[in-house]
Amino acid sequence: MYKLLLCWRYLRTRWIALASVISVTLGVATMIVVNAVMAGFSHEMQTRIHGILSDLVFESHSLSGFQDPAWHMEEIRRAAGDDVVGMTPTVAVPAMLNYQVRGQWITRQVMLIGIDEATHAGVSDFGRYLQHPANRGQLSFELREGGYDTVDSQAGGEEPTRPALEGAGWPHRRMRVERERLWREKLEADRATDPAGGDRASGGGEPVRSVDRQVDAVLAATDAAAREAAVEPPARPADPFRQARPAEQGTRMDPAKEQFTGAVPGIGLASFRDASGTDRFLVLPGDDVKVTFPTAGTPPKAISDTFTVVDFYESKMSEYDSNFVFVPIATLQKMRGMIDPQSGLASVNSIQIKLRSGADLDVVRDRLRKAFPADLYAVATWKDKQGPLLAAVDMEMAVLNILLFLIIAVAGFGILAIFFMIVVEKTRDIGILKSLGARAAGIAGIFLGYGLFLGLVGAGAGLALGLAIAANINRIRAGVEWCTGQRVFDPSIYYFFKIPTIIDPLTVGWIVAGAVGIAVASSVLPALRAARLQPVEALRHD
Amino acid sequence: MTSATLESPGAVAVPAPPASLLTVRSLRKRYRSGDKVLEVLRGVDFDLAPGEFVSVIGQSGSGKSTLLHLMGLLDGADAGSVHLAGRRIDDLPGRDRDRLRNTDIGMVFQAYHLLPELTALENVLAPLMVRHGLWAWCRERSEARRQATDLLKRFGLGERLHHKPRQLSGGEMQRVAIARALVGGPRLLLADEPTGNLDAESGGGILDVLAALNRSEGLSIVLVTHDASIARRADRIVRLVAGRVETA
Ligand SMILES: Nc1ncnc2c1ncn2[C@@H]1O[C@H](COP(=O)(O)OP(=O)(O)O)[C@@H](O)[C@H]1O
Ligand SMILES: [Mg+2]
Repeated sequence: MYKLLLCWRYLRTRWIALASVISVTLGVATMIVVNAVMAGFSHEMQTRIHGILSDLVFESHSLSGFQDPAWHMEEIRRAAGDDVVGMTPTVAVPAMLNYQVRGQWITRQVMLIGIDEATHAGVSDFGRYLQHPANRGQLSFELREGGYDTVDSQAGGEEPTRPALEGAGWPHRRMRVERERLWREKLEADRATDPAGGDRASGGGEPVRSVDRQVDAVLAATDAAAREAAVEPPARPADPFRQARPAEQGTRMDPAKEQFTGAVPGIGLASFRDASGTDRFLVLPGDDVKVTFPTAGTPPKAISDTFTVVDFYESKMSEYDSNFVFVPIATLQKMRGMIDPQSGLASVNSIQIKLRSGADLDVVRDRLRKAFPADLYAVATWKDKQGPLLAAVDMEMAVLNILLFLIIAVAGFGILAIFFMIVVEKTRDIGILKSLGARAAGIAGIFLGYGLFLGLVGAGAGLALGLAIAANINRIRAGVEWCTGQRVFDPSIYYFFKIPTIIDPLTVGWIVAGAVGIAVASSVLPALRAARLQPVEALRHD
Repeated sequence: MTSATLESPGAVAVPAPPASLLTVRSLRKRYRSGDKVLEVLRGVDFDLAPGEFVSVIGQSGSGKSTLLHLMGLLDGADAGSVHLAGRRIDDLPGRDRDRLRNTDIGMVFQAYHLLPELTALENVLAPLMVRHGLWAWCRERSEARRQATDLLKRFGLGERLHHKPRQLSGGEMQRVAIARALVGGPRLLLADEPTGNLDAESGGGILDVLAALNRSEGLSIVLVTHDASIARRADRIVRLVAGRVETA
């Protein structure tokens, strides 16, 4: 009984011991926050990756792919049994994406993926990542009349962060075609009046012509960015793709009424996020882009074609969002020459497989590996595909945890030192207690109990602090950004608006138990020393 | 245990109550500090009858405290034995020695040795808290408090129950220490120069208290002092000289 009383009385007079509690608290809080954020990132990343990749990917090693996906699907279904709930073929080739911004050709290295618009959304979360509500229901490579989301459908929020998508679709396309036509006319008119070439600067005193007013009227209806683009010197370089597409020379299409083959580029290829969090677009649905990719033959030849952007893909994994361009698989197969002219059978690179929920991916993967020759086909789960990345995250988490746990261990040494001090200081009291009949175990119990108390208080406070920080991390981030004027967390890198956190009760439990354990463990040595004190020595100590 | 053996039907004869409460035989103690060996006690024989008040007198450094610590089981002797009420106590295991210190022996020191963090009342209660576990203490608490309060009142400290030791005078602290020594109901009180740090008046008060306890309750007391005038308050005086006891 005296142990409790003395513990309490010592505590009340030894605030210095509470100092070591603070380091326990900070250690525990940091560990909780870091683990929550890491788990949040890891989870976010896994769902993203899993949303992008199907459960299993069955692919050929060769860029030309394998023939007759229907037969392969039959075989896969036979090998994997009832676990398969959906399959879709894809063709993936490295490619180059080109589009024009203010007269400049911008080139991006991309992965061009031919997908089956009917079935692709069935094997992954592909549909969820599109910007037009109707496409999220069922993807169509036909350009929509409008209605693209101006608010990020995944992040939520009221404020439109993508005002540019307001007029995207056919209206934007018509506007653009009209603008181009007017420019062309103006250019021709300029040439007619001034045969030296459209040097407007020299003719400063010229009266405003009707065509200029017409152009201005059109420009006024478009947004500021578009106007900036439009007032660029109109002398566009000759379209370098014109020669690349001799076949198209003859076919005349009306771009205001017709579109090229639809394409869905990753949003990162077409936009960037400015400091205010608004997405600025270089290309909008309705604009045309050029894509250059290799044919399926050997050796592969580069071919180019024009596609019309019909939507954007945004998985929020910047690695994918700035790399993927989706186009209809049939068109791609035809363009790459992947259709056998004799049999009419098309080739594909891979088959994406969705399994019923609860199926063991690794088991099905191994079954498929057994069923198909490994030198021709590769079968991988989505986790295999991202194995190094996921392993790196786990590794990072482990290392961080070790480092942070060392903070708590340091706090433990603090407790050790302070307790030794108290034992020395209280030597006489320990002797008194022994002379009153206190047992050695009882004396040790005072110090162990004291350590336990410090551990519990420290870990408890750390738990509360850590949970509070984790729960309010985004508000704290905003506060820090406001104070320092520095971006702590750049959403344009991660494509998250918020720092994700996940509190795992088991992890938190281990952290708290570890901290309490360290506090108790570091009071063991002083406690033993106190217990071993000879009462006579202690009483003579003054 | 002892009483059970005594009352068992097999026992032929019930021995007479021991003539001696405390019996010390050929007690030896030497201190080793470096190479030097200091032989403090060289075969001490000492007897204390129940209800007796004995003074042990000797010069400073003669080993009086050492002897008292050995009798109070705070330290171990190099040779010899200590019996309490006929039972050898100096070779008991640590646990039993702890219990004996708590229940049978009360000790008072020159430097009072109160716990500074506890109030006078809590200091007096400390031996009972040490004795009882948490649950037993909850049961015994009010009774123990009453007992401790009574003792303190008896020693004129009724107004000082909740003072910390540093708020008390030397004489008051020593009276708290005596109350603490008595609260467990010991058979033997060992006092090591209890008046050594006190002025004549409060020292006299302490001696009056001890004498009164001896007279009214028959408490057996060993009083250690270097002062002959103080020693005279006892029934009997023994002198500790050159590591041995000689009757004065
Ligand atoms: N732990 C110890 N180590 C060495 N010498 C000691 C120790 N304790 C006591 N002494 C010595 O033993 C002698 C007797 O001490 P003590 O019993 O305190 O004497 P008294 O109480 O009669 O003054 C003294 O000379 C003292 O210095
Ligand atoms: Mg002494």
